[in-house]
Amino acid sequence: MEIGRGAEAVITLEESAVRKWRIPKGYRLPELDEQIRRERTIREARITSEARRCGVPTPIIKDVLKFDLIMEHIGGQKLKDVITPALSEQVGEIVGKLHKAGIIHGDLTTSNMILRDGRIYLIDFGLAFHEGSVEAQGVDVHVYFQTLESTHDRPDELIDAFALGYARTQPGAEAVLERVKEIKARGRYL
Amino acid sequence: MIIFGLEGTAWNLSAALVDEKRVIAEKSATYVPAKGGIHPREASQHHAENMAKVVGSILATAREQDLKIDGIAFSQGPGLGPCLRTVATAARMLSLRIGVPLLGVNHCVAHIEVGKWQSEAQDPAIIYVSGANSQVLALRRGRYRIFGETLDISIGNAIDKFARSVGLAHPGGPKVEELARNAKQYISLPYTVKGMDLSFSGMSTAATEAAKKHDLADVCHSLQETAFAMLVEVTERAMAHAEKSEVLLVGGVGANKRLGQMLNTMCEERGAKFHLPDRKYMGDNGSMIAYNGLLMLKCGIVTPISESHVRPGYRPDEVDVVWA
Ligand SMILES: Nc1ncnc2c1ncn2[C@@H]1O[C@H](COP(=O)(O)OP(=O)(O)O)[C@@H](O)[C@H]1O
Ligand SMILES: [Mg+2]
Repeated sequence: MEIGRGAEAVITLEESAVRKWRIPKGYRLPELDEQIRRERTIREARITSEARRCGVPTPIIKDVLKFDLIMEHIGGQKLKDVITPALSEQVGEIVGKLHKAGIIHGDLTTSNMILRDGRIYLIDFGLAFHEGSVEAQGVDVHVYFQTLESTHDRPDELIDAFALGYARTQPGAEAVLERVKEIKARGRYL
Repeated sequence: MIIFGLEGTAWNLSAALVDEKRVIAEKSATYVPAKGGIHPREASQHHAENMAKVVGSILATAREQDLKIDGIAFSQGPGLGPCLRTVATAARMLSLRIGVPLLGVNHCVAHIEVGKWQSEAQDPAIIYVSGANSQVLALRRGRYRIFGETLDISIGNAIDKFARSVGLAHPGGPKVEELARNAKQYISLPYTVKGMDLSFSGMSTAATEAAKKHDLADVCHSLQETAFAMLVEVTERAMAHAEKSEVLLVGGVGANKRLGQMLNTMCEERGAKFHLPDRKYMGDNGSMIAYNGLLMLKCGIVTPISESHVRPGYRPDEVDVVWA
C-alpha cells in the first residue's frame, strides 16, 4: 500500500515495515539518474543509522537494496501539518545533536520530520553528509528557516524557538545562527 | 484600461503598452557588453541613450491609435542600481507629463504574472531562471513565497561565465544550447542541491576546467544536463512540499528548449501540468511590467513619487499580491 510520495521516492507499507523506492527520473540522463539514486540510497541507509546512534530519533534501517530501503514504519503526523513553537524547539534540539556529531542532514524541511507520541523523528537522509564546518551547519539551518518562512504562518516565532533548542544541544550555536543571516543575504541580486 | 510599462533592470531596455487582453506595442533596445559581463554603469548609459527612441516609439503608437494611457508602470527592482535609476527617472517624468499614476513593479513578480497571463496556469509552483536569479516560488496567503533559490550565482550567470571562459560570445546561453546538440558523451560535473536550494558556482568552474581536456560540445551538454537536472529536482521538491500540481517556467533561461523538455517530462511522470509561456515573454520585457502595473491599478494600488525610489534588492515575497 502506498503511504507516501515525496519528490524522489515512493513509500509503501509492506507488513509492518516501510519500503522507500527511489524511482527513476526520466528527465535526467540515465547515467546521472542511476548514480544519484544509488548514492543517495546508500547514504541514507548509513547516515540514518548513525544519527540514531547519536541520539537523534530516526527509523531503524532493516535492509538496503540498490535503489530501495526497508525501514521501520513511523506512524505519525508530518510536522508540516502540526508544527508549533514548542515542536520547533524540539527540532532545534535534534538538529543541534546531529550537528554536534558532525552530521549535516541536507534537506531539513518540515516534510522530512514525523511526530509520533510527542517525539520528532528525522527521515530522508539522502542528501546527508559528514562535515563540521560553520558554513555547512549554517546552510542546513538556513534550509529549515526557509521552509518555515515559505510554508508556515508566523515563522519568526518558530525560528526563535528553534534557536533556543539548538543552543541547548549545540555548543557552537551562536556562530552558526550568525552565519545563517549571512547566507540569507547571499545569492540575492548581484 | 491601458498601461505603459518600462523595463530596464539589466541588459534590456524595453517599453510596452498593454490592455487587459493583449500587448498593443513593445519596443526594446538591447545592451551588448563590448567584452566580459554586464557593466552596470555602461548598461545604464545605454538605457539613457536609447530612452527617447524606445519610449517615443511607444508614445507615438498610442497617439496614432488614439489610446489614452491610464498609468505608467516601471520596474522598481530587483536590478542593477544605475539601470534602475535611469528607468525610474524616466518613469517619474512620464507620469508627471501625462498626469497619470506611477506604478512601481517588482521585476520578478512581473515575470510570474506575465507567465500566468500568457498560459493557463492557475496555482503553479514557479521556476524563475534568469541571468540574475534562480528561484522556486509558489503563492501562499497572498505572497509569492521563495521555497528555494541559489546560494551563490544564478543559472544564467553560471552559463554565461562558462561560455566566456571558453571564448563564446555574449550571450552564452543560446550558443551553449546549440553546441550541446552535437555532444557524444556526458562528463560528470558537481551536482549540488541543498534541500530546495542550489549552488552553481562549483559546477561552472568545473565545466571550465573540463573544457581544457574534453570536446566543447560534450562539456556544454554536460553543463546543461547537470544544472537543469538540479533545477528540475528542486522544482519537484517544492511541488511535493507545497502540494502543487502545476509548474510554470519563467525568466530568460526559460527559453532553453532542453530545460522546458526536462520540466515537461518531470510533470508528465508526476501527473502534473507544465506551463511554458511563449518565448517572447521569457526574457526581460516591457509588456510584463505594463501588465503587472495593470493588475495593480485595477486594485487601486499606485506608487506615490515619494515612494518611487529604486529597490535593487527588492524580494518577490515583499509584494502583497492582492490581485491574485
Ligand atoms: N519510515 C517512515 N514511516 C512512515 N512514513 C514515512 C517513512 N518514511 C517516509 N514516510 C512518508 O513518505 C514521505 C516521503 O518520504 P521521504 O523519505 O521524505 O521521500 P522523498 O525523498 O521522496 O522526499 C514522507 O514525507 C513521509 O510522509
Ligand atoms: Mg522527503
